[in-house]
Amino acid sequence: MSNFVSLTRTRILLAMRNKMFFFFSVVFPLGMFFLYGGIFARGNPRAVSYFLGPVIAFNVMGSFWGLSAALVMFREQGILRRFHVTPVTATDMLASSLLANFVLTLPTVSIELFLARVVFHVPSLGNLFSLAVLVTVGTISFGSLGLVVASVTNTMQETQVLNQIIWLPLIFLSGATFPLAYLPNSVQHVGLFLPATYLVTALQSALYQSFPVWKLSIQILALASWALLTFFVAAQLFRWEPEVKIPRKAKLWALATALPFFLLGAWENSNGDILKQAQAAFRSLERPASSAQPSKASQ
Amino acid sequence: MAGPILQVENLVKRYGDVEAVRGVSFNVEQGEVFGLLGPNGAGKTTTVEILEGLRDPDGGRVSVCGLDPQRESAALKHEIGAALQSTSLPDKLRVMEALRLFASFYKRGRKPEELLKRFGLEDKRNAFYSQLSGGQKQRLALAMALVNDPKVVFLDEPTAGLDPQVRREIYDIIEELRHEKKTILMTTHYIEEAERLCDRVAIVDHGKVIALGTPRELKAHSGGATRIEVRLSKPESNGALKSLEGVADAREVDGAYVLHSVRPPQAIVSLVKHLEAEGNELISLEIATPSLEDVFIEMTGRRLRD
Repeated sequence: MSNFVSLTRTRILLAMRNKMFFFFSVVFPLGMFFLYGGIFARGNPRAVSYFLGPVIAFNVMGSFWGLSAALVMFREQGILRRFHVTPVTATDMLASSLLANFVLTLPTVSIELFLARVVFHVPSLGNLFSLAVLVTVGTISFGSLGLVVASVTNTMQETQVLNQIIWLPLIFLSGATFPLAYLPNSVQHVGLFLPATYLVTALQSALYQSFPVWKLSIQILALASWALLTFFVAAQLFRWEPEVKIPRKAKLWALATALPFFLLGAWENSNGDILKQAQAAFRSLERPASSAQPSKASQ
Repeated sequence: MAGPILQVENLVKRYGDVEAVRGVSFNVEQGEVFGLLGPNGAGKTTTVEILEGLRDPDGGRVSVCGLDPQRESAALKHEIGAALQSTSLPDKLRVMEALRLFASFYKRGRKPEELLKRFGLEDKRNAFYSQLSGGQKQRLALAMALVNDPKVVFLDEPTAGLDPQVRREIYDIIEELRHEKKTILMTTHYIEEAERLCDRVAIVDHGKVIALGTPRELKAHSGGATRIEVRLSKPESNGALKSLEGVADAREVDGAYVLHSVRPPQAIVSLVKHLEAEGNELISLEIATPSLEDVFIEMTGRRLRD
């Protein structure tokens, strides 16, 4: 336990001394915030409230990028080997990465919420408890995805390529970039197979429509069980040594992490109502004629 | 403690088709400084990494402090300290933070403060790892290996890549540890290092122990003979050189001829006469007191390093 705590502390310290971290975790998300709030929502408080979900989802999902890169760098430089001769376990190493990442995500999310109230005069931040639960489950689950990426790639280059491959569908097909209901119908259905979609829609429902936790239980449970599965896979595939290459069979293991959302997606596509909720939220945004949205193109 | 603190019996390790370690056996007693001497790729690092519990062996039996590194690695890691080869720390970690972090992993240990002083890193306590020189990094690595006051310390090539002056600094530290009766297993490809620091040495080549004993015993093994190394303008046969008066052994190594002799003056006189008669010329001649290098040449026909 104490190993886990001291590792977490060190990881937070190291991240705060890293300029790249500062850019990707503070500057970039805040840039996104102003882009969405100022340009997409044109400063309209209701629209800002609608777009706050995707903005925070960006922040939360970005976890996997930094975590995979940090872990692979540690492995490539032989830093992990040094920890391997100490009593530190793979679980200590991975769990401390997740906790440090969670702690480091909170300030930026808080700043975004604060700015939404103060700069854009958003009337309500919705259900804060739901929001807190979603940010927690989200950073842990997407962080775990990063740990799996680190485990199935051998070099930093491979890691970055795989990150790109994962990141693009996550942001474009989930409603994080363009509202889900604004996307072509077929794409909306594809989106239901992605974990990101559930995080984005749930955050939006919590912030914009004040959904309590129980109304978001499908998303929360799905993300939480996905987090457990990905963490388990990451721990199984964890490698301390740079020379030890990943066995082919292990890559199949990594694919298993897609399973929960494959099943949930199939179910949601046939009889779920998450898509309907997202469409309803989008329509409600258009209703007050006074608000100007990037909705001219839709229907 | 009864029996050797480190036991290695018939250890085998393969990487794919390559047998890196092919039946290595040795024991290390409590308080001993034991060296694995051999060229790069001889299997020294692999052997050490198996003892540290970092790799699983493919055959044989090892025991460290009475523990099996494979099955009892969690308990073992509290008992050992290690300075690894090709390792590093995060660039932006400060010296004192590194020591404190690693100290926090163990139940018992030495005070980071005390280690800092002992390894001459006091004025570097707030320096980032990336700001340290090679020698300072290696001193920090040694300090970190002692942070849990381990029963056995593994030093894998502790002076590789350091310049001679820094290397001597590291020797002093290791000698100090020897006076404290720490059990140390070190690997090296420097003869001087093994002779100076180790109580006993196992010479390793191609995954096998080819000679084992105290440096003195090993040198006596090669007949205590002086090494005469010559370069000639024309090739000579080993047989002809060997038959010269005063020459005990002769062989060609990398284009030079290495003669061993217990009576060097006779050997040189007869060599010069022989060369004159053959119309051959002496290009260079070197005389060296016997060292572990001679043992290695005798056993393998090769030099330990170029």
